[in-house]
Amino acid sequence: MGNEKLDQLYRSVIMDHYKTPRNKGVLESSNVTIDMNNPTCGDVIHLTLQVEDDIVKDAKFEGEGCSISMASASMMTQLIKGKNTEDAVTAAHAFSDMMLGKDIDDSMDFGDIEALTGVAKFPARIKCATLPWKAMEKGIASDSE
Amino acid sequence: MLNNDIRKDFPILDQEVNGHPLVYLDSAATSQKPRQVIEAIANYYQNDNANVHRGVHTLGNRATEGYEGARETVRKFLNASSTEEIVFTRGTTTALNLIAQSYGRANISEGDEILITYMEHHSNIIPWQQLAKATGAVLKYIDLEEDGTLSLEKVSDAMTDQTKIVSMMYVSNVLGTMNPIKQITEIAHAHSAIMVVDAAQAAPHLKLDVQDLDCDFLAFSGHKLCGPTGIGALYGKKALLNEMEPIEFGGEMIDFVGLYDSSWKELPWKFEGGTPIIAGAIGMAAAIDYIESIGLGTIEKHEHELVAYAMEQMKTVEGLEIYGPRDSSKRAGIVTFNLEGVHPHDLATVLDMNGVAVRAGHHCCQPLMKWLDVSATARASFYLYNTKEDVDRLVEGLRMAKEYFQ
Repeated sequence: MGNEKLDQLYRSVIMDHYKTPRNKGVLESSNVTIDMNNPTCGDVIHLTLQVEDDIVKDAKFEGEGCSISMASASMMTQLIKGKNTEDAVTAAHAFSDMMLGKDIDDSMDFGDIEALTGVAKFPARIKCATLPWKAMEKGIASDSE
Repeated sequence: MLNNDIRKDFPILDQEVNGHPLVYLDSAATSQKPRQVIEAIANYYQNDNANVHRGVHTLGNRATEGYEGARETVRKFLNASSTEEIVFTRGTTTALNLIAQSYGRANISEGDEILITYMEHHSNIIPWQQLAKATGAVLKYIDLEEDGTLSLEKVSDAMTDQTKIVSMMYVSNVLGTMNPIKQITEIAHAHSAIMVVDAAQAAPHLKLDVQDLDCDFLAFSGHKLCGPTGIGALYGKKALLNEMEPIEFGGEMIDFVGLYDSSWKELPWKFEGGTPIIAGAIGMAAAIDYIESIGLGTIEKHEHELVAYAMEQMKTVEGLEIYGPRDSSKRAGIVTFNLEGVHPHDLATVLDMNGVAVRAGHHCCQPLMKWLDVSATARASFYLYNTKEDVDRLVEGLRMAKEYFQ
């Protein structure tokens, strides 16, 4: 059995984030809380953000889901910490484009997150990867209301 | 065990998926279709297609004969006493909604109780939730035994003088549990409640006899028993159906239409508004003919052997937990499980890369997932075309996933 195609999906950096998630937990100081689930598969995420003066000061997540959704959540929280909310939302849109196999703006420095590009080739798994990003976008939108 | 030649009837099985011969273990979601069913549908469209119950012309007669002939096939399949008791629907979900909206709205009032179980599919939960909300009735759940079976004692204990409807699946789409429907029907009737049976997972595998079960309503879907999607049937006792109002109004279901009032056709057509699912009914009848030609008893035995073999082999995979009855003779062809350290989605992806199709997720049973205290599970479901080699391929894939995610 060839593992090459699986390796495109489960890159080592993804497995690392899955097994050793960053920013796992609940922020005591959060002022934005979002719960989101993927109704087709049961994945759930509980995202807490501390947003001050349009800057994401801190972010943590709790959740239950597959390696893709949890690794994506770990990487997403890493990326948005310290970013202003507008940039965070722009990143969420760029991430969606990446999942659709579209080219993304070179100015977007995704770092490790680019390891998730392989997900685009597994249509059934795209929603796993985008769940944390959708939660983040929703949270920031609710904060600015 | 059934002979492997049966696989030749299913053209779809003869293909490679991701470089491996396809192993289809998702029949509880939908079964594959034999050539006989595909040809019956093609033949209808190529030779007989016309609208039913109205044409004077020859094609109209042929289409009507095909459609009403399908109803007779379903009647015999369920051993109902009359075709008046067989209503074609889009599937089990539509049938259960019809019961809740028509029978339920007319007969349920504040304080009445509707009794279901924790193992129900969403389609046998939400129609009752909606009915309870609309009428002020109370929806109650019967608890399960630790191995995912139902005890008659708990069913009896849950019954009260207010219980008006008991609705339950015959076979669990997650646990594979086969519920003692006949005995539960007796208990329901002793309390003057009606008994509704969701037979979506039972009809493909067990011989059904609505007169012997004495249930009041029973619903199933064509696509799970080798038939096409978009067609199913509702059985209802004539006395109950007669009293019920249609929930869809329009063509086909009317007797006389005036400017401000109309009257309905007799049973079963008053429940079949609009041009019916003609090709679907003909395809479902071909599917019933097909599985009956093999024999439901034979199919059931084949699945029992496969499940026993699968459970035995799967147990050899370290960290694998199987949900539901441990005794394989107590379950239909369904094995739901989790592999320690591998999320079911990841597991399903690894298996798919090896050509093995399984379902991962909550299987439309969120309350049951909560009862099991898991967020998701993987499920392998077997049907007449599966073989022991399919089980071996599954187990091989499970070992590979375990290794990959270590």
